[in-house]
Amino acid sequence: MNESYELRTGETHIEVHKFFPGAILFATVAALVLQASVPVYMPRLNIIELPLLVTIYFGLSRRNPSTGLLLGMLIGLAQDALSGPTVPLGYYGIAKTIVGYLASSIGARLDTEHPAARFALTFGFFVLHQAVLVLIRRLLLAQPEAWFNMHLAIAAGVNALVGTALFMALDRLRRRS
Amino acid sequence: MVAIPSRHKSLALLGGVLLAQVLLLALQIKRDSRGRLIRVWAVSAASPFERSGAWGFGKISGVWHHYFALQTTSRENEALRVENDALKLTISQLQSKAAEADRLAALLNFKQAHGAVPLLGARVIAVSAGTASRTIEVDRGERDGVTKNMAVITPDGAVGKVIAVYRDTSQVLLLTDKEGGAGAMLVNSRTQGPVGGTGDPIMIMKYVATEEDVKVGEKIVTSGMDKIFPRDIPVGTVVEVKNGNPFKLIRVQPAAKLDRLETVIVLLSQTPVEFPNAEMQGTANTQSSSATTPAAEKP
Repeated sequence: MNESYELRTGETHIEVHKFFPGAILFATVAALVLQASVPVYMPRLNIIELPLLVTIYFGLSRRNPSTGLLLGMLIGLAQDALSGPTVPLGYYGIAKTIVGYLASSIGARLDTEHPAARFALTFGFFVLHQAVLVLIRRLLLAQPEAWFNMHLAIAAGVNALVGTALFMALDRLRRRS
Repeated sequence: MVAIPSRHKSLALLGGVLLAQVLLLALQIKRDSRGRLIRVWAVSAASPFERSGAWGFGKISGVWHHYFALQTTSRENEALRVENDALKLTISQLQSKAAEADRLAALLNFKQAHGAVPLLGARVIAVSAGTASRTIEVDRGERDGVTKNMAVITPDGAVGKVIAVYRDTSQVLLLTDKEGGAGAMLVNSRTQGPVGGTGDPIMIMKYVATEEDVKVGEKIVTSGMDKIFPRDIPVGTVVEVKNGNPFKLIRVQPAAKLDRLETVIVLLSQTPVEFPNAEMQGTANTQSSSATTPAAEKP
């Protein structure tokens, strides 16, 4: 279970990556703590959604929809809990569950190791994540929220850029086959 | 029992997990917004890391600023010497005025009536872990006497109120949060109206009639009517006024730098008190983050 193996999808062979013990837990906790701590000193870095980037990365790498969605759910619920009592539990949880599921489903069908593919996927997942959050706000919480603004487009680009670099760093946590 | 095809298992799991979380959300919306155990656990588990992170960043920042970023220090020193001389002159003038103000305050029996306003310095150790809310977490909690709904300020002005208290930490809802706000009034006309957040850095003052004369640049202070903030604490400055029907649309720039908070002051009293600016400035400037001191005891 600790070794890498390959998924055979038609004619394509896609490697499923395994990580050092505790690597996923470490990366998740670090992302949540940094997300809450760094903006105290550098408020502009609030634009970066580290928990989402970690969800996308492990979803794309592990390529198992069940573990992808469960990891997304856990990260999202932890983020909800750390966002203060005004954010209901499940707000980020639902959005990251969906992203985790889709990331691992896409990862099982496509080779997502190229930086360009990672950039495009992260951009798309960020927009999807925000769309789900807006949907929850409008339908479940009955709060007005804009669907799109320039800030979202800039944030998606910044997160895609940071995500591409972060994914290369996280690749070092992989076990070699 | 109906067997689920293996290729649909993850899809079924996704549906189940999403349904459970939607139900969880629905339950919360119907309930009162008291803190729940999962929040207590999550905050308790994360706060040591956040404290360590805050300590580490503080150290790194200190080393950088004190040992490396010194390129313009000489020029700045010269400018500061000149500024210092001018400030000394200003201070002596202000001391004279402050002494006069103290005498007047004593005449009004103000200090005898409201002297013991206990203040508690606190350090910001984290902010909201997402953009959905505008909250901060401070390193003071139940053990320091903090309770829910206490007012939080800085020397610049009002910050927000305590919304959740844990053993060693508390969460503060900023005025700029969608659910944040304070009872306020315009300094010139003394017209009252609540100032509330919108989720953006700019706040809005509500329910000011169109007939009222409000100018851009006018200061807004707390009215004390919300039973949380004492009167006359700066809230912000009017940056835009538009006529509406029947109320004006007034946009307000917060007085406190809410996006760059590192230390704050918690008012350890929920009794409405008079709290003149001059006294707050003097007290807050000398307040350390590790001491609880009544305002009246400060020089």
